[in-house]
Formats: sequence, C-alpha cells, structure tokens
Amino acid sequence: MRLSPDQLILWQHGFLKLNATIAFTWGLMLVLAIGSKLITRNLSTELTRSRWQNLLEMVVTGMMKQIKEVGLHNPGTYLGFLGTLFLFIAASSLCTVIPGYEPPTSSLSTTAALALCVFVAVPLFGIEDQGIGGYLKSYAEPTIIMLPFNIISELSRTLALAVRLFGNMMSGAMIIAILLTITPFIFPVFMTVLGLLTGMVQAYIFSILAAVYIAAATRTRKPRPVPATTG
Amino acid sequence: MTLIAIASIITAGLTTGFGCMGPALGEGRAVATALTSLAQQPDASATITRTLFVGLAMIESTAIYCFVVSMILIFANPFWNHVIAQTAGK
Repeated sequence: MRLSPDQLILWQHGFLKLNATIAFTWGLMLVLAIGSKLITRNLSTELTRSRWQNLLEMVVTGMMKQIKEVGLHNPGTYLGFLGTLFLFIAASSLCTVIPGYEPPTSSLSTTAALALCVFVAVPLFGIEDQGIGGYLKSYAEPTIIMLPFNIISELSRTLALAVRLFGNMMSGAMIIAILLTITPFIFPVFMTVLGLLTGMVQAYIFSILAAVYIAAATRTRKPRPVPATTG
Repeated sequence: MTLIAIASIITAGLTTGFGCMGPALGEGRAVATALTSLAQQPDASATITRTLFVGLAMIESTAIYCFVVSMILIFANPFWNHVIAQTAGK
C-alpha cells in the first residue's frame, strides 16, 4: 500500500524521476492559472456578466471578508498569499472526484512546502509592517523570559500545519482504500463525500491559521490603550 | 526482526486507540456545548457553526498525529528498514 503519491513514479530517466505528486501539482497550477487568466480576460462592470466572473467575485469577496474578520485591516495586501494557499488546497482536495487523481497534498513534501511558505511569509509581513526592530521585539513580548518559547512555538506550529494537512488528506485516501477491500459497494461513496468536506475544512483552516499568524505578527504595532490617568 | 514487527504493530494499534480516545471525548464536549449555545441563540448560528468546525478540525488533528505515527510504524518503519538493510548487506 502506498503511503503517498510520491511513490507512484510516472516517468524515469536516469536519476530524474517524475512522480505523481509533481505531475498533479503542476496540472493543478496550470488549471488554476489558465482558468483565472481566461475568466479575467474580459471582465465586465455591467449588470450582465458571465457566470464564471460571478463565481470568482464570490470567492474573492468571501476571502476578503474572512481575512478582515481575523483582524487584518487591509485584506488586499494579504489576499494574494492567503487566497492562493486556500485555492490550491481546496482545488487539490475537490479534484478527488476525478478517478485516478490523487491529491498532491497527501504527500508530506507538498504540505511541508506550503507550511514553509507560511513560515517565511509571517516574518516578512511582520517586518514590512513594523520594521525589523519592531518585529524582533515582538518575540520578547510580554517579557524577555518568553523569548525561547516564542521561537519554539514558531517552529512547532509550522510542523503542526504540515502534519495536520498531510494527515487529513492521507487518512482520507487510506480509509477509502481500506474500505474498498472490505465493503466495496456503496459505503466508499459516503466516505468520499466526507473526504470532500474534510478537504474544504482543512483548506479553510490552513489559510485561516496563516492569517491568524500574520495578524499576530503585525498587530502589535497598534498603540496600546493608554491606562486612564486617575488623579 | 520478528520482534520489531510485533512491537511496531502492537504499538501502532495502541497509538491509534489511545490517540482516538482523547479527541473523541473532546469533540463530544465541543459539539454538546455548541448545540446548547445554538439552542439558546439561534441567531448566532453562522458564527457558532464556523467556530465549531474550526475547533473540531483542530481537536481532530491530534488524533491525526497519532494516526500518522501509527501509519509510519506500519508502512515506513525506520527501524525495520535499518534491519532489512543490515541483513541484506550480510
């Protein structure tokens, strides 16, 4: 039994290997990029617009609203990063309805790469917002004793992001594979539907957690409420 | 070699078993509390449901960690591979 699509090698030449993870990742990237290019080619501001434009507008405004609710006050800055994360993970789990497809997020390499993106992006957004000194100072909040714990939490939450997404996707595929050998008739269909729901929830959680981390890295700039001076 | 197989299979079962117990209790409590608050405040159902889903997924991920560990023990056991490599080298 395969643990991840890494072990499914489609093409091999010398030491160059093309495994299913890379192939499906690039396929998804092509579909997402070409699709959005095609849809945004002729946008209209009239009352009549294409169905696809409606869909994209719903997705974009929904994501903007969610990012704003987390506490990031101008969501446009972060939409490019967080929206891409969400769309990629959501698309990779929604495509599991296609037979023969395996989600690239059920390989630990993909999820580790996504988590590393978050790990790099959070300090970048933090530094952009409050400068290097201000960002580094936020590690020593509330006291200097918390410094090692803040650094540990930075590392451990990256690990948790990667393993959470990988585990959920991998377990979905594995449970369906096991059920196919035990009860191959109807039951796997229900588990596939449940897998679709879990995939969407995981995509939402991954991007919301990234948004929360970014918000935590940028929020500290806001002036603290000055304690009321009572005579 | 057989000893490693026995140990890893038993440990994998125990890991998933114990790892499911805690999150099951936690999820039960979370859903029960969410249902209570839904009954009290049906207007806030959107927020409550969204927070509930996120919370459930966070709780569930602890069970998933245990599952991942047991899968590694069964299908990608590092000790096993080490022993196989050693015996193949002899």
